[in-house]
Amino acid sequence: MPAPQLPDAEALCTALIEAMRPHVDPAVTALVGIHTGGVWVAERLHAALGLKIPPGSIDVSFHRDDYHQRGLHANTRTSQIPFDVEGAHIVIVDDVLYTGRTIRAAMNELFDYGRPARVDLAVLSDRGGRELPVAPTWCPHALTLPAAQMLALERADDARLSFRLMEK
Amino acid sequence: MSVMNTGGNPQLNRHGELKHLLTIEGLPREVLTRILDTAAPFTEVAEREVKKLPLLRGKSVFNLFFENSTRTRTTFEIAAKRLSADVINLNISTSSANKGETLLDTVDNLAAMQADMFVVRHASSGAPYLIAQHLAATDRDHIHVVNAGDGRHAHPTQGLLDMYTIRHYKKDFTQLTVAIVGDVLHSRVARSQIHALNILGVPEIRVIAPKTLLPTGVERLGVRVFNDMREGLRGVDVVMMLRLQNERMQGALLPSTQEFFKSWGLTPEKLALAKPDAIVMHPGPMNRGVEIDSAVADGKQAVILPQVTFGIAVRMAVMAMLGGN
Repeated sequence: MPAPQLPDAEALCTALIEAMRPHVDPAVTALVGIHTGGVWVAERLHAALGLKIPPGSIDVSFHRDDYHQRGLHANTRTSQIPFDVEGAHIVIVDDVLYTGRTIRAAMNELFDYGRPARVDLAVLSDRGGRELPVAPTWCPHALTLPAAQMLALERADDARLSFRLMEK
Repeated sequence: MSVMNTGGNPQLNRHGELKHLLTIEGLPREVLTRILDTAAPFTEVAEREVKKLPLLRGKSVFNLFFENSTRTRTTFEIAAKRLSADVINLNISTSSANKGETLLDTVDNLAAMQADMFVVRHASSGAPYLIAQHLAATDRDHIHVVNAGDGRHAHPTQGLLDMYTIRHYKKDFTQLTVAIVGDVLHSRVARSQIHALNILGVPEIRVIAPKTLLPTGVERLGVRVFNDMREGLRGVDVVMMLRLQNERMQGALLPSTQEFFKSWGLTPEKLALAKPDAIVMHPGPMNRGVEIDSAVADGKQAVILPQVTFGIAVRMAVMAMLGGN
């Protein structure tokens, strides 16, 4: 099978920013990135959209539904939500949308902090293979990958983002 | 038939992951560091609106306390409940053991009640190991065992929370001088601390105690012995006080608690010999005016209450790691 054309992560960031711009309110909208790729994207969006509320970050290890099969993730990081979740307008940000299980876990984690007024989802790419009824609010790119492959976001020393295809 | 995997460390499964936590002795540094790393995000859970995670949902944790304890039992209970486990507390010193049931019969009965984890405190060294071995030999090693203190042997979660506390305040273990002060002879806490500090690469571990409260051959654990408290405290980064274990004292090891305080109690004047930014730790419960002066216990160098808070996160991390392996 020929390798699929990998999307340009920098171009997708720009497209995502422009897709979101008409819909966000810099004084009200808050971003929460999912570790690790989603945090990088959230930092970009935060700066480009000029949002006032500092972005949060979430590690979904505590709410993963495969804990009983795979145990606790080795590099669990601390979730940081530097704003009041109660009544907030929140955009969950991730790099790639796949089964939807990570998003479910992130929402469970988020709700441990309070009840947001609204939650949206922004991702750079949707690679198909959904196992839960989860759909992104903003997503500038879609492709279909076989289950054995993983689309991973990487960040270079100069902060440039790029995608890499990995075999599981 | 099960094949018992005790070839290496009986606490680790064949993937090298933690299956039981029985002692710190012999744990690889990576495993120890991983526990400390894992505990960090759990400290933040206490700040949330909902202080509960679903990791042990549907699991039953039995707190088997054959010896009295309030703090350790309570913190294990809080930790298990924050992980959504069902927690059953058994105070066995007042229960079946008094009616003649053996330790392993008690364990078999509780295992028949679908226990997933035993948190065991026992006056006899090795009791948690015996339970783990029994479970493995009877094909039930999906049940995890956590040692919450056995005799004079080990108190691994206390040792771990102490290491977490030191790392929180001092960051790097490899530049530290750490003093352990007091009743080392009767202290399982001291043994766990010494093993942990050695594994984490602390270059100088001092043990400060009267000769009557030191186990023979304590130097072989990799510590420097001081029989003079002032000399021992000079220039240390961390002072770990031990509780004077009155209830374990047999015979005349000490003239009196007042005498003990005079020579071995931590006063502001003695603490001044340590580094100015030295931290003071104590596993609790404290005997004020015996091993520690109130001015020190309540002073700005004391991190005794943060130890308690970190203890919950460390115990959550241990139980979450075991429950997933």
